[in-house]
Amino acid sequence: MTVTPGWYMALAAVLFVIGTGGMLLRRNALVMFMSVELMLNAVNLTFVAAGRELGVVEGQLAVLFVMVVAAAEVVVGLAIIVAVFRRRKTASVDELSGLKG
Amino acid sequence: MVELVLFIIFAVAAVFGAVTMIWARNPVYSAMGLMLTMFSIAVFYVSNGAHFIAAVQVIIYAGAVMTLFLFVIMLIGVDKAESRTENLPLQRPVALALMILFGAGVVIAGRSAWVTGITPAGTVPVNGSIEQIGDKLFNEWLLPFEVTALLLIIAAAGAIALAFFRDEEGQG
Repeated sequence: MTVTPGWYMALAAVLFVIGTGGMLLRRNALVMFMSVELMLNAVNLTFVAAGRELGVVEGQLAVLFVMVVAAAEVVVGLAIIVAVFRRRKTASVDELSGLKG
Repeated sequence: MVELVLFIIFAVAAVFGAVTMIWARNPVYSAMGLMLTMFSIAVFYVSNGAHFIAAVQVIIYAGAVMTLFLFVIMLIGVDKAESRTENLPLQRPVALALMILFGAGVVIAGRSAWVTGITPAGTVPVNGSIEQIGDKLFNEWLLPFEVTALLLIIAAAGAIALAFFRDEEGQG
């Protein structure tokens, strides 16, 4: 039994769905952010697997760019979480209802 | 055969880490679960021939990004464990239904055959060495690469602005 790229894609789909679930179910802003990172990682895995399937190296380049964007996103997102925490003393998104209509 | 064993071990580890991440109340355990998943994904990169990407994954994700997460957890504090009661009545069932629907959609999409322009090379791993990646990156993808530098500078400036300029009287 050989491991084909489809196996990795199936695993990446499972990880992506778990990440979506974390995004929808948790209310701690940090854990929601980690869920986003998990989803990005799952997509990166599909890029690498697809690149192997097609025999091209561009899949890995796409992963490199996704990683840069994810790093920028982490920096800004965590800074926002810390700024919100300093002001509101909470990281729970349920209590950040200042814009509620 | 080696790849099969590695796949099974680290697939279990990755899913376990991901479930731990969304299940644990303590954010530190969540971060540890995510770190386990990222290491497992680095192993998958190696078995797919993406050696450089695997190294970058370990250094950037499992190293830098998770350290940043742990720093922020340390700043914010872990003592306030999140209660599991949900304020919105329909949130949980709808979220679970959407997860199942999405998973089903992925399965259906995965069972279809997608036609691509290039002949599949089969299961031979691509050589993802630094030479190969650098060659492509600095020849064909130079402009996107430069744009990422701009993006990183903007992100760093934005983070500094968020950290420095605080509203003194605003409380709310």
